[in-house]
Amino acid sequence: MERQVFSYSVVRTGSFEDVGLISTEIKKKLEELGVERNIVRRVSIICFEAEMNISLYAERGGNIFVAVEPDKVDIYVEDDGPGIEDLEKAMQPGYSTAPLWVHELGFGAGMGLPNMEKNSDVFEITSELGKGTKIHSVVFRNKDAA
Amino acid sequence: MRLKDIIEELGLKVLAQGDVDREVNWAYTSDLLSDVMAGAQPGDLWLTIQKHMNIVAVAKLKDLAGVVLAKGVQPSQEVVAKAEEEGIALLLSEEPLFELCGKLYEVLRRKD
Repeated sequence: MERQVFSYSVVRTGSFEDVGLISTEIKKKLEELGVERNIVRRVSIICFEAEMNISLYAERGGNIFVAVEPDKVDIYVEDDGPGIEDLEKAMQPGYSTAPLWVHELGFGAGMGLPNMEKNSDVFEITSELGKGTKIHSVVFRNKDAA
Repeated sequence: MRLKDIIEELGLKVLAQGDVDREVNWAYTSDLLSDVMAGAQPGDLWLTIQKHMNIVAVAKLKDLAGVVLAKGVQPSQEVVAKAEEEGIALLLSEEPLFELCGKLYEVLRRKD
């Protein structure tokens, strides 16, 4: 199988109605390509949390790139949102800066980034205040693939 | 236990049918979407009072057996339509979450 790259723009609509559409689309694509179920599941979680974060925080939206290779799936997430002030805190489960109305919808549990890291084999995040956030996540296909 | 047996046992109202012949492994209760993303297992039934569009995406992504809305919370037509489109069973109960969980726990335990 050749390397297959898909790119998606997360447009911020002001509501969360659309969160999950892109990750659902990515999931379908990976299934079509015959990627292992367990890998699809992990990539889906990573992409869902990425979508959610962009919708929550990045005013001008952001992008998700997914590259499928025989041995791994690369996920690149980038936005030019406000950036994360304290990355170390943001990586702790339960830490959230989301406003109350967001919590009431069941978002902003402070588990987004930890969920992404947990489901990645490689997880790199860089963020600059006022500039935006970049994430590179790798899920290896040979590892506990089922 | 199959989903349709659970629907009957608990007297659930079917909003979107999904796959009623599907085997339900277990269930997960949470109103935090990230928590469901982290904790629910494929084949679980998800019990919640969240009724917005994103529950369909979460159920689809996690390959859940279906979503049961507790306390009679009515989702919008758009949410029901989306669930139908994605083949996700969307079910409704008038019972509060606690009572619903208790009853489902008994039903699922019984078959073990």
